[in-house]
Amino acid sequence: MAAGSFIGWIDQRFPLTKMWREQVSEYYAPKNFNFWYYFGVISLVVLVNQLVTGIFLTMNYKPSAAEAFSSIEYIMRDVDGGWLIRYMHSTGASAFFIVIYLHMFRALLYGSHRKPRELIWIFGCLIFLLLMAEAFMGYVLPWGNMSYWGAQVIVSLFSSVPYVGGTLVDWIRGDYYIADATLNRFFALHVAALPLALIFLVIAHLMALHEVGSNNPDGIEIKKHKDAQGHPLDGIPFHPYYTVKDTVGIAGFLLLFCGVIFFAPTFGGLFLESPNFEPANPLQTPPHIAPVWYFTPFYAMLRAVPSFAGTQIWGVLVMGAAVLVLFFLPWLDRSPVRSIRYRGPIYKVMLAIFVFSFIALGFCGMKPPSGIYPTLAKICTVLYFAFFLLMPWYTKFDSVKPVPERVTGHA
Amino acid sequence: MNDQVDHSRRRLLTAATVGTGAIGVAFAAIPFLASWQPSARAKALGAPVEVDASKLESGQMLKVVWRGQAVFVVRRVKGSLEQLGNHDALLADPASEDSLQPDYIKSSGAVRARNPEYWVGLAVCTHLGCSPLGAFEANNSFQVAGADLGANWPGGFYCPCHGSKYDLSGRVFKSMPAPKNLTVPPYVFAENARITIGVDDAPKTV
Repeated sequence: MAAGSFIGWIDQRFPLTKMWREQVSEYYAPKNFNFWYYFGVISLVVLVNQLVTGIFLTMNYKPSAAEAFSSIEYIMRDVDGGWLIRYMHSTGASAFFIVIYLHMFRALLYGSHRKPRELIWIFGCLIFLLLMAEAFMGYVLPWGNMSYWGAQVIVSLFSSVPYVGGTLVDWIRGDYYIADATLNRFFALHVAALPLALIFLVIAHLMALHEVGSNNPDGIEIKKHKDAQGHPLDGIPFHPYYTVKDTVGIAGFLLLFCGVIFFAPTFGGLFLESPNFEPANPLQTPPHIAPVWYFTPFYAMLRAVPSFAGTQIWGVLVMGAAVLVLFFLPWLDRSPVRSIRYRGPIYKVMLAIFVFSFIALGFCGMKPPSGIYPTLAKICTVLYFAFFLLMPWYTKFDSVKPVPERVTGHA
Repeated sequence: MNDQVDHSRRRLLTAATVGTGAIGVAFAAIPFLASWQPSARAKALGAPVEVDASKLESGQMLKVVWRGQAVFVVRRVKGSLEQLGNHDALLADPASEDSLQPDYIKSSGAVRARNPEYWVGLAVCTHLGCSPLGAFEANNSFQVAGADLGANWPGGFYCPCHGSKYDLSGRVFKSMPAPKNLTVPPYVFAENARITIGVDDAPKTV
């Protein structure tokens, strides 16, 4: 930039052009990204959607037990455009989990969590964990009956902690039951504390990614082969190549997203559950309590474990372990190759079993605990953990195909 | 002037400053953590409640709110009361050893009540805090939510969330998600079935 220009004036005081070059226009990404690589940028779009719509919802929402439910109905009926903003937010919550689950599955496909990208993966797992807390607290805010009883079930999980459980639960609720105090603090966490932490972690996730560079569907390092300028031969600048390509992906996503918002905002009771259209009633449990779909796999695991030795902490521990085990994935995977393209049949079968068990658990978690569902949930819980805990062995013994030196696909 | 840096002195002073600062932060955290405790108002609203259970017919149930929680008051059918001791083998904790209740309830045995005809207990499933439903008719499998309670159902409570079953004294059956019997709050049973929930009969010291 010329020193006399406006940008030049800024660059002498703030590293604007330097940052743009390092992070965007001269950030070399592998040229063979496929469909699965859309979900990172789409999750960013959904995050922005949640932040913007969330800020506008707080302008009319009242975080008190007496007014919360009616203020949501007020937003839906009396505020101009309020219904749209709220449906964008509620649909965005489900879209967030769809996109994040696909984004995480991409890592399992192509080994994006493997060395040297362990920290990217760990930041990602932390984002997932925070996102679950954020979604749970957000679900409580409308103060519908399912909000209320969902909060009751989840907060009660802490009562299984030995010795201090009861005190801990009173401390979390700020009362002897899920009450106004609970709603008010969940609101504070949902709109201020957790989004701040989320944004911080997203920045850390992206900084770690741009430090080591992106993985790709072949799971090979593009930095091994560089041209005379030191740019990877199989890399292309993020801008304009991927900024333009991602725009297409985002447009496709927005088409589906708007389709849900306008034509099926409750998504048949999956995105917004029908008992939540009744105000919270501490004296009346809904006949069947199920969390929103994105929590049901973990909820099914919680229910699958019976109480033992006079405590039900085991189910809580199993559910917690189901999330915590993700953090260890980079060290559980011992395969000499990263991408599923060059892995043997055992990993492919195990991954298929894992996907099946996760979806089946999600299904069990929505159903009442009777009939075949408790048994199915038990089997799938074992399969879910088998995928992770047996990984050090089956990835080591699995056959592998030769890995190419350069990325494959279109020239 | 000496240009040499005294590293050990610097380390000591830095460590001492950081250590003092950490203690300060720990103390400063106390009011923030304390602000999450139930407030003075929440504590005051947790005062005892009085119930007139005299209008209950045999086999009927009443729910009252105490500390925002639902409390069951059930007037049990005399015939069912006599059956209470007969299914101890099916129960997870027949003598209420691992369950929460005042001592005078525990020592009352299978009836778990100050007056055997009236059972008082929290309507909070000991699994995850859902509200169980009354299913008081014996041998009637399908009286709640389409759930199969078994052909020999002795009468009791059924939790619709995760399927825990309890008998008429709120004692949980074996192999249920719930680990404990329904909690019995402290209460006083006075004449004309006036029940005060939230206090033991122990006279208050002033």
